[in-house]
Amino acid sequence: MKAPKFSYTRATSLDHALELLDKHGEDGRILAGGQSLMPTLNMRLSQPEMLIDINGLDELKGISLDGDTVCIGALTRHVEVMNSDIVAEHLPLIAEAMPHVAHVAIRNRGTIGGSVALADPAAEMPACILALGATLVVQGTGGKREIPAEEFFHGLYETARAENELLVEIRIPSQKADKVSVFLELARRHGDFAIAGIAAYGSVSGNTVNDMRLVYFASEDKPTIGTNAIAALNGKTWSDETREAVSAALESDLEPMMNLHGSAAMKLHLQKVLTGRAMDTAVARAGGAA
Amino acid sequence: MSEEMVTVNMTVNGENVTKTIPVRMHLVDFVRTELGFTGSHLGCEHGVCGACSVRVDGDVVRGCLILAAQAEGAEVVTIEGLTDTGEISDLQDKFVERNALQCGFCTPGMLMTAAELLAQKSDMSREDIREFMSGNYCRCTGYHAIVDAIESVNNTRLKG
Repeated sequence: MKAPKFSYTRATSLDHALELLDKHGEDGRILAGGQSLMPTLNMRLSQPEMLIDINGLDELKGISLDGDTVCIGALTRHVEVMNSDIVAEHLPLIAEAMPHVAHVAIRNRGTIGGSVALADPAAEMPACILALGATLVVQGTGGKREIPAEEFFHGLYETARAENELLVEIRIPSQKADKVSVFLELARRHGDFAIAGIAAYGSVSGNTVNDMRLVYFASEDKPTIGTNAIAALNGKTWSDETREAVSAALESDLEPMMNLHGSAAMKLHLQKVLTGRAMDTAVARAGGAA
Repeated sequence: MSEEMVTVNMTVNGENVTKTIPVRMHLVDFVRTELGFTGSHLGCEHGVCGACSVRVDGDVVRGCLILAAQAEGAEVVTIEGLTDTGEISDLQDKFVERNALQCGFCTPGMLMTAAELLAQKSDMSREDIREFMSGNYCRCTGYHAIVDAIESVNNTRLKG
């Protein structure tokens, strides 16, 4: 289908974009990479009055290192994150996840900020930044504020960002050399929306797991920390017994949404399978016997 | 709501064009209906099928997921322009030789994406090629021959 009628303005500066957002409120929509917004327009699932195109705002692009923190501008495209030496060295979890983010042509256009701000439950980046304890920087006409990833994702496409705020930067602590990370997802076709997925980050020392954070996505309405699974895992030796205990605990963490990709029971099963594979991989990467 | 119009200026297949169009028109409708470059095909129109793939400022993108207004000042190349430059003439010959197209609807998009793969000049397994091409659907399901053609050209170019 064709998109409904709307007005379109190219923001010429960050201040200009924020003024437009302030003015149009819920009738305005930020157009970043457009790889999620454009389909909803073409299918007439959304009908904003004003599209505010921020693609010209170079100040929102780029990846840099600030001490132990990797700073990624919200308008940085997936392909740049994927090819970044800084990301490869300091954020191996995100480097591992990037090939799963859609397809080549979409990664060339889509942005990390768009993915995080939209908060699609099947998206990879929200889960990764939650696993790594990132901070989101949002800005309105009144100034900036920082929101921890743990407090950012509220539900299906719902975040702590106010309507008149723009996500401008994602600040992610560099992964520690003595920790390991694993990213896994299951999708029908490579690059399609995930059916189940996990981002794991923590320590494994001689098969004993510590400070492991497990974040699940695609099955829930938002990226979800597996609190009970983590409690059953940390401090334990990774064994068949631990695997079963973690699987059982995961049942009280997740309430999978059923959809075209499968039932709630199937998704819960897949998340359990991925948890086992993720920990097998984590142990192997840490140099232990998987 | 009235139809909002915008005047855009960009380079398409090497030629400078200026047109006044509705702001809601996406890039593929623009090149097809305003400029007559009908080689870019419109399949799903929501970013799944890849038949509308075009090159914008050197990168392959979904033509249905970018507004023509967003291509202001950009360098746009469609399959017509890519063909004219001869950049992928070896790949096009190989598509014919290997029977890598049946109905041909997906072919322009396949070629646009494969052009980016070949431009990377990297050694790729069939699995890597499949992964790279995974965003382009062939509803005739002729994937095997498509991968054959791309693999063959990539290997030949790397040797040469």
